[in-house]
Amino acid sequence: MPTFVDPNTCNACAEEHLGPLCVYICPNDLMALDVVANKGFNQEPDMCSECYACVKLCPQEAIRVRGYADFVPLGALVQPHRTEDGLQWEVVFRDGRRFEFTYQSRTRAAGSVAPYQGFTEDSAADLRNQNLAGDSVWLGVDKLPAPARGRD
Amino acid sequence: MAFETTETVDCDILIIGGGMSGCGAAFEAKFWAGDRRVVLAEKAVIERSGATGEGLSAINCYMGQRYGWNTPEDFVNYVVNDMMGLAREDLVYDVGRHVDNSVHLLEEWGLPIWKQENGQYERIGRWQIPIHGESIKPIAAEPARTALGPENIYERVAITHLLTDDDDPGKIAGALGFSVRDNRFYVFRSPVVIITTGGASNVFRPRSVSEGLGRTWYSVFATGSAYGLMIPAGVEMTQMEHRFVPTRFKDGYGPVGMWFQYFHAKVLNALGDDYTVTRADELGKYEPYGSAIPTPTPLRNHQMFLDIRDGYGPMYMRTDQAMQALSGGDPAKMEQVRNEAWEDFLDMTISQALTWAAQNIAPEETPSEVVLAEPYIMGSHSGEAGAWVSGPEDVTGSGAAPDYFWGYNRMTTIRGLFAAGDGVGAAPHKFSSGSFTEGRIAAKAAVNYLADNPGRPAVTGEQVQGLQQTILAPLATYDRHKGATTAEEINPHYLTPKQGLVRLQKIMDEYGAGASAWYTTNGPTLERGIQLIEMLREDLAHLAARSPHELMRCWELVHRAWVGEAHLRHLLYRQETRWPGYYYRSDYPNLDDANWRVFVNSRYDRAADSWELMTRPYRNLIT
Repeated sequence: MPTFVDPNTCNACAEEHLGPLCVYICPNDLMALDVVANKGFNQEPDMCSECYACVKLCPQEAIRVRGYADFVPLGALVQPHRTEDGLQWEVVFRDGRRFEFTYQSRTRAAGSVAPYQGFTEDSAADLRNQNLAGDSVWLGVDKLPAPARGRD
Repeated sequence: MAFETTETVDCDILIIGGGMSGCGAAFEAKFWAGDRRVVLAEKAVIERSGATGEGLSAINCYMGQRYGWNTPEDFVNYVVNDMMGLAREDLVYDVGRHVDNSVHLLEEWGLPIWKQENGQYERIGRWQIPIHGESIKPIAAEPARTALGPENIYERVAITHLLTDDDDPGKIAGALGFSVRDNRFYVFRSPVVIITTGGASNVFRPRSVSEGLGRTWYSVFATGSAYGLMIPAGVEMTQMEHRFVPTRFKDGYGPVGMWFQYFHAKVLNALGDDYTVTRADELGKYEPYGSAIPTPTPLRNHQMFLDIRDGYGPMYMRTDQAMQALSGGDPAKMEQVRNEAWEDFLDMTISQALTWAAQNIAPEETPSEVVLAEPYIMGSHSGEAGAWVSGPEDVTGSGAAPDYFWGYNRMTTIRGLFAAGDGVGAAPHKFSSGSFTEGRIAAKAAVNYLADNPGRPAVTGEQVQGLQQTILAPLATYDRHKGATTAEEINPHYLTPKQGLVRLQKIMDEYGAGASAWYTTNGPTLERGIQLIEMLREDLAHLAARSPHELMRCWELVHRAWVGEAHLRHLLYRQETRWPGYYYRSDYPNLDDANWRVFVNSRYDRAADSWELMTRPYRNLIT
């Protein structure tokens, strides 16, 4: 459809302060709430890139993907399940073969980053030079390269 | 009537777009800007917006200066050759020297990067490092959101137009847009604007036209707004004739880089022949780039194109042979390679994994078709369309290149308007890390501009109200005319955004060297295409929208149509075939370095409704 919502599992994110999370996250403004049924749905399936942003975020795992009718035969499933630091993927072939793959997504918890921590650049004194913030710690070489020659 | 509430936001720096470039710009701007107000507007939510929102399996722009792998000069040499001789050396160099900082920060912020046994990053190719990158975008977005403060991030706000200063149209003053969620029209007033929005998918008719319209190679929500915002504002653009035609796994458009470079797979035609071998002589027609190592991307496309045109398809990526060779009969090794192969898709193009599963393709047993996709116009990946911008002072500011430098790095020809990522032309091969970095470069330069130009912009209600009426017109058009027909979609007074999109794609495909025209066009064909796209532009004043969502689609279409028109005009102007494999001018079939190793630039004049095309010289600043 390409994403579709299982009406028996979707609870319209009744507990979420952001509202239905599929509606919140969809990068292309596709997932919408059917206010009569109180269920999420994909309002413009031919603008869906099957990016799985909503599938990954849905707390109920109520969203799945039925591949593009243009070229994807029926009967397969690619479904992520969240782990502590990544995703476990369930892959089911049309012919019934099953695979499972688990990959890490991040090495530290979301929300734990302090921007500019340890940066030594001075936002006034260093404003006019070519360095970016954090070069002294993160560039990996002592000095920002400058061109050997600026010529035509 | 919708949008009765108008909210005016006054800020010092407005960042339009929250993709990799926008997040980089936000992070860097706030560091240097101190108490000044930095605001970011994004049509979606920055944790999953933009071309990298789905994730990535590799970072494709990393120098590894600390390991001694590459210098920024090496990067310039590579990029210039891959672009068949045309890239701004100053801009490419600048990304190269800064990019490692960004990659190391992304790792610090939680991005898992593969490691070799010696602790160094694993490598796919000379510039590419593999990552567990499913969450690269939320990882890049977090520091941007924290630094700016959530109150300064306006999400679900689609920006449609730029504002210029009432007293000086050569100076930026802000931007206009609307929320697709809370029925609010937005006026941003800002002396500095940084455009970080996307390149353009779906300008050309794609190979999949129904549900599959969404499975474009470049993100379907990359609607060319980087160009659609700047062109009508009169910004000088460069290389808008350039496009990228990706060689990708068929239909799902899964990435091939890992397969070519890491698994060492070959693409063979139906006869079992390797076009890089059988078509080796073809490279000699395009010297000096034909003998460059590696062979430039368009020339590899060209060799494969000849095989397909001559009827030797399907072209198969021999995943089976590659995986069998890598595992050497060791089941544990095969398990590892299988894991890596599937991760490549599951990290960034999940549709391709679903396509494999649905077509019963286990890559260790079954080879997989690859195709040349439809063209894409963009500036961050292998494309180089975008604004003509000022370069870095220490590379271009010596007076040796006055047409490359006018005071502030990445500033466009409108003062106070900066660009990064897809918005900057002639500076390709940035990818995710380089775009993030270019956003940072632009942001620091923007703070410099702000320090030198402290005044507030002049924006009268007249300019705002006139544009507001234009922006909301599709809603009014629908209301006024919906009663003229019993079938909503067939109305003599308006077009729906989908109908307009299909018209644009048909013009571009048939006249602008699209896939169904074998990527070939000529002068008379382009002139006819321009006539038809001019009529489309007139008709776009009659778009209809029933909701804020459809109103956003209307303006996305207008942005795409500006991209299409600029592309046709530039294609007509450049009288040569510089990038075979991307497009062919049948009336000028050869590469012509003597006359055309120059940048093609254009400027649209709104008052006169006319385009001016010109060339700018190539300058060897590094090579």
